[in-house]
Amino acid sequence: MRVRIRFHKKGKIRFTSHRDVARIWERAFRRASIGVAYSQGFSPRQKLSFGLALSTGYESEAEFLEVDLVDDRFCDEGIWMDGGGSHVGTTLAETLSDVLPVGIDVVAVAPVEKGDSLQQAVVACTWAIEVDNIGLSDAEGWVADVLSRSKIVVERERKGKPVVEDLRPQVHALGVTGATATGVRLLADLGTQPRALRPSELLVAVDPPLAARTVCRMHQWMSQGVDREEPLMAPVSPAPPAWVSA
Amino acid sequence: MSALWPQLERVLSEVQKPARYIGCEDGMTIPDHHPDAVAWLLLYPDTYEVGLPNQGLQILYEILNERPDAVAERSYAPWTDMAEVLRREGLPLFSVDTHRAAGDFDVLAFNLSAELVFTNVLECVDLAGIPVRTADRTDDDPLVMVGGHCAYNPEPLADFVDAAVLGDGEEVVGEITEVLAAWKAAGGGRRSDLHRLLATVTGVYVPSLYEATFASGRLTKVAPAPESVEAVEVVEKRTVADLAEWPYPKQQLVPVTEVVHDRLNVEVFRGCTRGCRFCQAGMITRPVRERPADQVRTMVAEGLRRTGYDEVALTSLSTADFSGIEQVVAETIADDACGQVSVSLPSLRVDAFTVGIAAEIQKARRTGLTFAPEAGTWRMRQVINKLIREEDLYAAVEAAYSQGWRRVKLYFLTGLPTETDEDTLGILRMARRCVEVGRQHLHNPSVTVSVGGFVPKPFTPFQWFGQNTEIELRRKVGLLRDELKRDTKGYRGVQLKWHDPKATAIEGLLSRGDRRLGPVIEDVWRSGGVFQEWGEHFNLELWMAALERQGLTLEEMVYRHRVEDEAFAWDHLSAGLHRDFLWQDWRDALESVGLEDCRWTPCYDCGACTGYGIEHVVASAVPPAGGSQGTGQDLATGGEVPVLLTAGPARRKTMPVVRV
Ligand code: SF4
Repeated sequence: MRVRIRFHKKGKIRFTSHRDVARIWERAFRRASIGVAYSQGFSPRQKLSFGLALSTGYESEAEFLEVDLVDDRFCDEGIWMDGGGSHVGTTLAETLSDVLPVGIDVVAVAPVEKGDSLQQAVVACTWAIEVDNIGLSDAEGWVADVLSRSKIVVERERKGKPVVEDLRPQVHALGVTGATATGVRLLADLGTQPRALRPSELLVAVDPPLAARTVCRMHQWMSQGVDREEPLMAPVSPAPPAWVSA
Repeated sequence: MSALWPQLERVLSEVQKPARYIGCEDGMTIPDHHPDAVAWLLLYPDTYEVGLPNQGLQILYEILNERPDAVAERSYAPWTDMAEVLRREGLPLFSVDTHRAAGDFDVLAFNLSAELVFTNVLECVDLAGIPVRTADRTDDDPLVMVGGHCAYNPEPLADFVDAAVLGDGEEVVGEITEVLAAWKAAGGGRRSDLHRLLATVTGVYVPSLYEATFASGRLTKVAPAPESVEAVEVVEKRTVADLAEWPYPKQQLVPVTEVVHDRLNVEVFRGCTRGCRFCQAGMITRPVRERPADQVRTMVAEGLRRTGYDEVALTSLSTADFSGIEQVVAETIADDACGQVSVSLPSLRVDAFTVGIAAEIQKARRTGLTFAPEAGTWRMRQVINKLIREEDLYAAVEAAYSQGWRRVKLYFLTGLPTETDEDTLGILRMARRCVEVGRQHLHNPSVTVSVGGFVPKPFTPFQWFGQNTEIELRRKVGLLRDELKRDTKGYRGVQLKWHDPKATAIEGLLSRGDRRLGPVIEDVWRSGGVFQEWGEHFNLELWMAALERQGLTLEEMVYRHRVEDEAFAWDHLSAGLHRDFLWQDWRDALESVGLEDCRWTPCYDCGACTGYGIEHVVASAVPPAGGSQGTGQDLATGGEVPVLLTAGPARRKTMPVVRV
C-alpha cells in the first residue's frame, strides 16, 4: 500500500543533503520496525521515492515522500476509511517522528494511488525568503523591478557549456510580506518545470543582488490557479495567499 | 543552547558538506555542563567522515558522559574551507554536540590513529585559540592530550601536548577525570603543578617533565628531568583485562550524513598474537581479549534494532580468529527477521574456511573480497611472520570465485627487510595465479593488487630496520609496472595500485622521530601543510624544506639501520614488550624463522601478559579448523604451489604472435 508523507526539515538538520535525508528515512523505517517493500535484485533497497530535491541549507515545511508499506498495521485499506484514517495516520506519523532526528517532523500522512512521480507532478513551489540589510521600501522597489521586466536573461553553465536562459517565466509571483529584525521577508512562487528555479538564483539575477539569510519551502503545487492543490495538505491549511501579485 | 550556533549557521552555506559540522547524530549526548564537571572535548584530527566512526572516541565519549564528574563532547578537523571561514569571521573551533567553543573545555583530547595527521593537531589547537606550544600556555588554557596508536611515540609532538596516554583508555580517562576534578575543586593553580599531578596516573606521560639528550646528532636518552620527582623512569601502557566489563559503545552514534564505515560496529576482541612483525597494532594491543559470544550477540541485536543499520561489522584485528565466530554469524542471520541485514568481517584471514564464513553471511552483494598476504614469496612471509602458505591463498581465492565473488583484492607491502626484486615480483606472480584460479570459474576474473610502502614502527621487531628510501620504493613500484607492461596478455585481469612513496617517507619520519621534529611539524603547519594524509594536500617540499632548516635529513632519521643498543625516542615508554624479545624476533626475522601464535601455543614471555599479570581471554583452546599462523600446519610446504597452477604456462596453447 502506497502512503504519501509530508514532513518538515528545519533547524540544524537543514544542512544535510537530499541524499542524506533519503538515508535517514531508510533507517527510520527499520528502526520503527515498519515493514517497507524492497526492490528485487542483487542489492535490494527500500522502495521510497522523494519529490523535488531541496537545496542543502534550505528549510522546508513541504517535503514529500512516498513509500510502499507491507505492514499489516497500516496496510488494510479499511482502517484508513472514515474516522479511522486520522487515527492510523497519527500513529504512523508519531512512530516515525520518534525515530527521526530533531528537525525532521512528519505533519501529514495519507494513502495514495500509484501514479506520476512527485517530481513530475509538481509545477511550482512557494518560498519564504529572509533577506538581511535591506529596508522595506528598497525591497519593494527590487520586487517591482523584477515583476516589471519581460525577460530576466542569465547565463549559466550546463554540463560545462554556457547556456542562456530567461528566468522570468518561472517567477509566478513575488512579494514583500514584512520586515524582520534585520531585513525583510519575501514570498515567491517559482516554477519547477522543466527545471526548478532556485530562490538564490533569482536573488542574484537582478541588481542589486540580494543574499538570503534563510530560505524555507512553504508549499509545492501540482497545478496553477486559485484552486491549486498540494500533494498533501498540511493539517492546518494556510490562509489564501493575498500577497500574490503576478 | 549553544553560544556559537547562530554565528555558525550564517556561514555554513558557504562551505562544502556543511552536515559535517551540525552533529545531530542519533546517540548523541547534550551534556549538562556545570562548574564541578571536567569538560572533555574529544577530537579526531581528520574530517568528520573519517573520524565519526572511530570506536575508541565513541567509547570514551560514553564512559565520560556516564560519570557525574565529567562531560564530553566531540570535534573533528574542519576542512580547509571551513578553517578559512572560521579565521575570517573570528570564530573558534567548536564541538559538534552543542557548538560550544573548544576553549571552554578543560581538556582537548586527540585520538591519533595516523602520523600524517600531526599537523592537523596543531591546526585544531590553534583554531581553538590556544597557543600551540605547551610552554606558551597559561594556567587557564585547556590541557592538550593525545591517545591512540600513534601516541606510543609522542616525542615528535612533545612540544605541543601536555600529556600522552598509552594503551586502552576505558579506565584511565576516569582516573584523569578524578585528578582534574579535585584540581578544579581546589581552585586550580599553576599549570606545571597540574602536570606533576597527571604524571602520577599510570599510563599518562607528561613530556615536559622529561629531557631528551643528544650527542653527535643522535638521541642518547629521554629521562625524567632532575627536578621531576613525580616522573617515572618508564611509563607503562594501560590494558583492560576483561572486555566483558566494557560493552561500549552502547549507543553507537548514527550520523545524519555519509561517513566511512557507515554501519554498526561491534568489537569482538582486542589484541592479536599472530605476531606479524610489521604490525604495530598487533604488538601494542597484546594480549588477546575476547568478548563473550553472548555479549557480542546482544550488542549486535540491540545495536541493529536501535540504529536501523542493515550492516554490522564484527571488528578486531583478525575476526575469523574469534572463538565463537561461526555461531555468532549464524545466529545473527537467523535473528534477522527481514533478511536484509548483512554482516561484514573487515579483516579476513586467508583461508578457505574463512571464505566459507564470508559466503554464509554475504548472500547478496558478492562483488569483492579482500585478502592481505602482505608479501609475494614464502621466504618473505616467513621474514615478516605472516605464515600464509601458497596453498592456503589459492584455496581461499578458489573458494571466493567458486562461490560467486567476481573481484579479489590483495594487499601487499614492499620495502620489507631483506626483500629482493624476486620477492617484489613475487607479488605479481601470485596475483597472476589468482587470476588463473579465477578463470576456472569465471570468464573475466579480476585481481586488484594494492601495494604500500613499509614503514617500520616503534614497539615492533622491525623498529631497528632502515626504511627503504623514497627512490628505492619508487624503483620497486616501477619494477612492478614494467613487469605488467612486459607481458600485458599474461597479466590480463591484474590491476596494480600503489601508495605514494613520498608520503611513506614522511610517515616513516614521524613514526620513529624524536623531539627534534617539533619545529619541523610546526614549520610545515605554519606553511599551510594540513590534511597531509590526503593525497591532494600532501606536500613533500614543505617537509623537506622544514627538515633542512633544522639541519635534519631523511637519511639519518628514517633510512638508516639502527644498532642493537641504539637509544629510541620511546625507550622511556612501554607497551609491555621486552626489548630483548623484540630484538630476538628481529634476529629470527633475518633468518626467516617463523613464530607461532601464542594464543594456542606456549608463551614466549614477550612481556605483554607476564609484565602486567594478565592473560589471554580466549574461549577456544584450539586453533581454527585448518590451522592458522603456523599452529597445526605443515610449514615445510609453505612455498609449494599447487601442481595445477605450476603447469600453467605449458597448458596454455596460444598462437605465436606474428609481427609485421
Ligand atoms: S606474554 Fe606470552 S602469552 Fe602473552 S602475548 Fe606475550 S608471548 Fe603471548
